[in-house]
This record gives sequence, C-alpha cells and structure tokens, in this order.
Amino acid sequence: MEPFTTLTAVAAPYFFPDVDTDCIIPHRFLRKPLSAGYRNFLFHDERLAPDGKEKPDFILHRPPYRGARILIAGRNFGCGSAREGAVYALHDWGFRAVIAPSYADFFRANCLQNGLLPVELPESVVETMSRHAEAHPGAVVSIDLREQLVVAPDGSRHRFEIEAARKEQLLAGLDDIGVTLQRSATIADFEKTYFAQVPWLRPNRAS
Amino acid sequence: MCAAKTMFDKIWDMHVVCERAGGEQLLYVDYNVVSEGPFYAFNGLREEGRRVRYPEKTLAMADHYTPTVGRSLGLAGVADPEARVMIEQLEQNTKWAGITRHYGLMHPLQGIMHVVPQELGMAQPGMVITGADSHTSTNGAFGACGFGVGASQVKHILATQTIWLRKPHSMRVTVDGELGRGVSAKDVILAIIAEIGIGGGAGHAVEYAGSAIRSLTMEGRMTLCNMSIEAGARVGMVAPDTKTLDYLRGRELAPQGDDWEHAARFWASVVSDEDALFSREGRLDGSVIEPMVTWGTCQDEAAPVSGVVPDPAAFADPARSSRAEKALAYMALRPGTAIQDVKVDRVFIGSCTNSRLEDLRAAAAVARGRKTVVPAIIVPGSMTVKRAAEKEGLHEIFLGAGFEWRDPGCSMCTGANGDRLAPGERCASTSNRNFEGRQGRESRTHLVSPAMAAAAALTGRLADVREFI
Repeated sequence: MEPFTTLTAVAAPYFFPDVDTDCIIPHRFLRKPLSAGYRNFLFHDERLAPDGKEKPDFILHRPPYRGARILIAGRNFGCGSAREGAVYALHDWGFRAVIAPSYADFFRANCLQNGLLPVELPESVVETMSRHAEAHPGAVVSIDLREQLVVAPDGSRHRFEIEAARKEQLLAGLDDIGVTLQRSATIADFEKTYFAQVPWLRPNRAS
Repeated sequence: MCAAKTMFDKIWDMHVVCERAGGEQLLYVDYNVVSEGPFYAFNGLREEGRRVRYPEKTLAMADHYTPTVGRSLGLAGVADPEARVMIEQLEQNTKWAGITRHYGLMHPLQGIMHVVPQELGMAQPGMVITGADSHTSTNGAFGACGFGVGASQVKHILATQTIWLRKPHSMRVTVDGELGRGVSAKDVILAIIAEIGIGGGAGHAVEYAGSAIRSLTMEGRMTLCNMSIEAGARVGMVAPDTKTLDYLRGRELAPQGDDWEHAARFWASVVSDEDALFSREGRLDGSVIEPMVTWGTCQDEAAPVSGVVPDPAAFADPARSSRAEKALAYMALRPGTAIQDVKVDRVFIGSCTNSRLEDLRAAAAVARGRKTVVPAIIVPGSMTVKRAAEKEGLHEIFLGAGFEWRDPGCSMCTGANGDRLAPGERCASTSNRNFEGRQGRESRTHLVSPAMAAAAALTGRLADVREFI
C-alpha cells in the first residue's frame, strides 16, 4: 500500500446521499483482473452512454475535475455490496481521498485497506465544500493526515477523526497482515483459551 | 459483579484477541465463507508468499457466476467465458489453499454462500462468521455475528483467522404482535428498513426481538437477518432458542454426541441479559405490517401493497426528497399511482434472501392451479433446496403454472451469471437490492416476498397476494 501523508488536489463534487457500490462499479466488471484498469469501470453506467462514449457533462469528465484526486461525497457513501472493486475503481481513477459526512461500514474498511483516505466531516461542512467546488471548478482541498486536518477551498480548517493505529499504518503504507502477524503469539495464546471454552470448534491443527 | 450484557456484547467480547490504539480490536473468526468474487485475496496471498492458516475454517461456494440452465453440461454449459474463468479460478484457488469444503458448479450440494453453509450447520450461536459478501449477516439468524468483508479483509482472515474491527454499537428492534395473513419475514424486514432508513443501522449490530420475530422459522429469520445490511447495519441477529437447536441437530458441521450437550449449554448462555442496555431501541407493531413493495431505488423506498407511490415533495428531509425524485424518474413512476396498478415485465424468485424451501412453498401455494402472464423464473438457493422442493412436487406446480424451474445460484439478483433484465424492464424480485442497474443496465426492480412475486407473475402487476390465499 502506498503511504498517505499529505494531499493537495482538485476536489470533485459528487454530493449525493446513499450512493451505492453498484453505482460506483456495476457487478459485471468485478470479474475483470486489476490489470484491466478499474478506472474504466468507475461510475460506469452513469458516466458512459450505452455505446461506451463519455458523457461530457459528467462531473469527472469536465476538464478541471478530470484530474481530481479528492471526491466530495454525500452521506452513507458506498452503501450496499461489500465489493472492494468500488475502492479499486476510485483509486485507479486517481482518487486518494474521499470527504463525506458518513460512509457505509464496508466501504470505509475497504478504503483503509487500499490507501484511499475516508475523511468524515459534518454534513454542513461537506455540503459547503461541495458547493464551493462546484462554483469554483478546480478548487483545491488540502488534507494532512498526521495533523488530521482538512483545509477547504474557502480557507476554513476542519479536524477529522481516525483510529490512531490506522493512521500510523496509512502514514507508513503498511497493510494489515504484516501488522497482525507480529502478534502471532498473542493469537496462539488466545486460541488456547478459546478452544478450551468451545472445544468442538478446535481446528485439526490448533494445539 | 458483571454488568448486564447484550448477546452481541457476549459474542464480541469472547472473540477479542487484543486491542490497538484507536479502539480497533482483533476479532477471532470461527468460520469464513468465500465465493468466486474475492479472487484478489487468493492472488494476493500467493504473491506475498503467505499460506492459509486454517483451510478447514473456510467454505467456498460457486454461486455468483453459475448458470441456472444447462447445468448437466458442467463447465461446458457456462456460455460466458469470463464467468467460466471465475468458477474455475475458485476451484484452483481452493485447491491451492487446501480448502476442501469447496462446493463447485457440479457439487451435489452446490448453492448460494448464504444458503449452503447454513444447511451444513456451519452457523451456530455465539460464533463470529465472516464472508466475502455483505449478506453474511444472514448468519445472525442463528445467534451468530456475521460480518461481510471486502477482498483485502478476506485475505487477512485467510492468513490469520482474525479481523480488525471497531466494535459496533448495539441496537434492538422489537417487533411484537401477530403477523397478518400473507405477511412474511421479507415484509417485516422491508417495513423495518422503511422505518429506520438504509443508513439507519450504520455502525450498529442489531438484535431483533419480540413475539413476531420469535414466531419466525429459522428460514424466516435468515431472510430477516440477511437484509440487515440494507439498513446499513453491520450485523443482524436473533437470539437462539429451541427452533435454532432443532434446526442444527444432526447437521454435518454441528457438534455431535457429548460435544452437542456441551455446545447446547454454552448456546443457552448466548442471549441478551434481561436488563442489558442497547444504545438504540426501535419498535414496530407486527400486526399492522402489510405485504411490502419497494417503489424506488433504495430499500427504504417501500410502501404497503395497499398504498400508493409517494410524492417526493412530501419527505421532510430534502436529501430524501431529491433522492426519491431521482428514483421515480429512473423507475418511470408517478406519485399517487396505486402500487397494485404498477405493471411488471418479469418475475424473479430466488437469491440469498428468499430461495429456501419455505420461500418456494409460499410461492407454490399462490401459483397452484393458476397461470403466469409474464416470464417468471424460480432459482432455488441450493441443490438441497431444489431436491427437497421436487420431492414435494413444488416444481410440478411451478412448471404447470408456466414458471421456469432453474438450477441454484445468485442469478438475477446481481446478474453476474448473465441472468439479467433488458434495459427498461420492470421486475418483481424476491432479492435484496433495487439499486439502479442492479439487475442489468437500466433495469427496474421492485422488491417483494416470494408469495407477492408469485402473485405478480400471475397478474403481471404488483398484486396483493392476500387476494390469492
């Protein structure tokens, strides 16, 4: 996973409530290997006409937003299916952060696994930021993960929350497995106690 | 003295391996379920040179990409080459990982990843179960915590048998009263989602309680818990009782002999203490729930079958209002239209929500001796369900009425296997998602119960099933 420290980039407004992951990437593309370029499938049915041509008025096709690295989204963003392909598509398009009032639990977890920073800010703040980004195409937002700070295009500063251990992992670009396996002994100890309580669940190879 | 605990607290607490800064806890996983989807997870493990910690603790099902016709041809019957690769890839990946419980295309127990493991007795009270699919919440019917996860987390679970999670808050939804005629678990969960909203359960583990919930069969409880995620909830659960034990007894993965006695004693303790406190409480009167129909493109956009398509302007929340307006434009519906006047082009009975024997019985009771007027397909949740239904002669009722009787898989819920609607087509569907494009590009979905879907097939509209039973 690539580390996330700071990001200053164009923000694209996509402030709709309850955007589901079927909308972010339709299921029929989840069979594709990552090498197929998941950016091609991002918001596919909304972004492209049935003949595959780009809809010029779609927000991510309008010139200043095409290079956006930050998506400003609505509440409960990424609801529905747990498909990680939704995050792959956003990341492959070039997004490195989303700013929204809230996320579906799966989506947020999947973001954290892929170095796509899910920033959560109050709905009124996000709405204002979205309006600003819409009124001033190309407006830039800055995110500092270490300081847990967002600087909006109007200069206002907003602190966001993130779990301390997650933050360190993102800053270092470490994925979960390596971190967890450092605790192998703790897991083995847990198993001893646990399977004493529920012996019928003991796997064949657990001691 | 210990403070009173909820069922969820008890299960969570006994699975915590350790905690780290910021509040995430490492949770031990009892069982994990995959389908063809998370191939990225296996690829990742291979690339990183890792192995699967306990292959016997993961079950693998071919379901999303399996064709529902031409099964006797085996892989050769999978017309779509990419779908075939997905099915083959799962087989190769499970072989590589040493996962022997692989229920592939031609396995006699093949079926949906939220139907087959339960038939095998995998889901037991007190467990933490993960799955590479949001509907893993289905396992909550057994008093287990079922967490759906993405592919990276699947990879982590395969490698470590654990998962990092923040503990959700607890919420209890109580439904008392006797359910009316023609009202099923599907209608109860649609009514609950309509009440709390599709993001209403976010960050929460929901326990369903009350007499209406207790009266549900295990299959009904699976339908209920299955759709918890459609309210955004992390987990949906029902406390184990004698129905749970009766269901589990003798199943392949259930404890046997002395282990059974030991397990049953433990399971009896995995219920919420009487004075346990929940962060949130909700309450519904089960006796007033009607058969439900979704009219929009989110599951909380639902109305009783006796109702009308609402006016978006009537929503107090401007976000809900604009969402409803967009939904009605997509669904090509006008406010004020009676739900029962909405015509459908197709009917789908199946999916991990409603493809079990009881669901098929409910549909057959409506279809018996009648004729469909629109194309309608029935896709059983598993080969076991299919055989049981055929033993009862349900397939003859369906075939006689003009339904297609297919082979198991996710089918038209996601359309991954090619069972899709054409653009603009409108479907009465027993699945769980009515999102834009869910059943095919520009498809229009109305979520209903199996009995309601059967009534729609017989009338070509969203008819009230109560007129047929």
